[in-house]
Amino acid sequence: MKLLTGNDLGSGAVTWWTGNGWSIHVEDAADVGEHGEAILHAEEGARRVNAPYIIDALPTENGPRPAHIKDRIRALGPTVRTDLTLKPADPAAGDWII
Amino acid sequence: MYKYDNYDQAMVNARVAEFRDQINRRIAGEMTEDQFKPLRLMNGLYLQLHAYMLRVAIPYGTLDSRQMRMLAHIARKYDRDYGHFTTRQNIQYNWIKLEDCADILEELATVEMHAIQTSGNCIRNISSDQYAGAAADEVTDPRPWAELLRQWSTFHPEFSYLPRKFKIAVIASSEDRAAMRLHDIGLELVRKDGELGARVFVGGGMGRTPMIAPEINPFVKADDLLSYLEACLRVYNRYGRRDNMYKARIKILIHEIGADAYRRQVAEEFAHVKTLGIDPPLAELERISAFFTPPAYDAANVEPDRKDPDFALWLDQNVKPHKQAGYAIVNISLKPIGGIPGDATSKQIDVMADLAEKYSFDELRVTHAQNIVLPYVAKRDLYAVWQALRDAKLADANLDLISDIIACPGLDYCSLANARSIPVAQKIATRFADMDRQRDLGELKLKISGCINACGHHHAGHIGILGVDKKGVENYQLTFGGSGAEDVSIGKIIGPGFDEDGVVDAVEKATEVYKALREGDERFVDTYRRVGLEPFKEAIYG
Repeated sequence: MKLLTGNDLGSGAVTWWTGNGWSIHVEDAADVGEHGEAILHAEEGARRVNAPYIIDALPTENGPRPAHIKDRIRALGPTVRTDLTLKPADPAAGDWII
Repeated sequence: MYKYDNYDQAMVNARVAEFRDQINRRIAGEMTEDQFKPLRLMNGLYLQLHAYMLRVAIPYGTLDSRQMRMLAHIARKYDRDYGHFTTRQNIQYNWIKLEDCADILEELATVEMHAIQTSGNCIRNISSDQYAGAAADEVTDPRPWAELLRQWSTFHPEFSYLPRKFKIAVIASSEDRAAMRLHDIGLELVRKDGELGARVFVGGGMGRTPMIAPEINPFVKADDLLSYLEACLRVYNRYGRRDNMYKARIKILIHEIGADAYRRQVAEEFAHVKTLGIDPPLAELERISAFFTPPAYDAANVEPDRKDPDFALWLDQNVKPHKQAGYAIVNISLKPIGGIPGDATSKQIDVMADLAEKYSFDELRVTHAQNIVLPYVAKRDLYAVWQALRDAKLADANLDLISDIIACPGLDYCSLANARSIPVAQKIATRFADMDRQRDLGELKLKISGCINACGHHHAGHIGILGVDKKGVENYQLTFGGSGAEDVSIGKIIGPGFDEDGVVDAVEKATEVYKALREGDERFVDTYRRVGLEPFKEAIYG
């Protein structure tokens, strides 16, 4: 599957295209299939996302898992500061990255 | 310390106002990211993995308690309560919001700080010896010269769009604590027949093509220094490659045309530049130097009481001799076992500011090894300083030992990285946590980079680790034999790479080989240089 990701212009936070908007949670990301480029240009043009790009991911029962470790770290947060990730209460959340 | 005059302050204030306007236009959609990116980079604002990152300049690594407290305040108010001290003596904040950036810069400007020259293809923040003004072996204080270079290079109209970034280091001791010859220009201030001048080294650097700067001129008179540097930059600006960013650094130019040809071209250019009156009048040099007069030393030469064994350990490892009797140089390690190299919380930053104000004539230094220095501490105060550091978890006695690891932010934060650096540093430090074991190994400089750009200085590590991406999996190459000091050398790759745990095991095996083969007072790197790679390779790859 293909995901569209980028950063929020104001906060810089990592965001994921959900099909009708943007979420900071990769679990909400939608498969953009062949439409990634078109959505990317439309959303970037409308200033709803910054520096967007398309990545490969695998569907899992817990939601999409980006294919590359860099995007998995983007999705969760730094592996060395679990308190600053999107799941600070789950110390095992980082296992998903490796 | 240098204090801004009206011109300095007006320039920084104007820059903040200009960038505020640019940010507002970007948020309003009047600029695209492609248009905005070079502007934000000129103000130290990067877009990293999780957020914007702001790199704040600390010229030649020197700051006072008021500035240090401002860094803590920025961390608390605008970031996530910590900052990361870097290998270029700066500080980075990892979680900055674009809409806050102008306010942050405005607050920094109130204490004579900014983020200029921390990115872009300009002359970057000048770096120097963290012991400047305190070192017993310096021929002069390098800080006035570093400040002069800061003023010369800031917004220099000819050198704002160089082929690539350009880094300059200034030292004034034969002992190199600033990795001087691994800079685009390295200056070693020296005296010749009583006259002050500089050895000028040009074309060093790390990155994907590490090179040691050759000596381009053995003695440039201090009166000619700016003109000579102007000539060095002009030749580079004229002939440096702009068609390929990987071949655009001055080290590549000098490597391709040869040091002799470069030296001749600089000499020709210098003959012209010297007629332009660039070098400052004596009065300006004296004005700058007046900010760096020695503090009012008044302590008797009293040796501290060593009855507390932990304090004694710290004294032996982290406290260095001072040129003034009765005083010492205190190194504060930002490398707790299992911690993140270079990170400090706002509370810790405030503690260090308080200690500087109370015990170090209001001055601190940031080191390229990502530690902090209190340069002027009376020996009578060392125990009180140590107690305060211990209470703030800042008293690790591991300076220059294997756990005093330089590590870049790596793939945990950096958009350029291929692999994580910090977890490897944490695992190695934890493996060698026992202080007796570390001290038995002695000076062992271990440096880790998460990509070939080498922000973690792995080429200059006695043991270097480079993280690479091997088909989507983190892999770590080991290099041995590098040094950023006066025995400068580039480390050599020892063989195939390892996974994260494997590289920790390999480092441990290398230390066992060293312990078995060392002679006398040899450091790890000395033994490696004497016996060569084979015994290490045999033990590691067996």
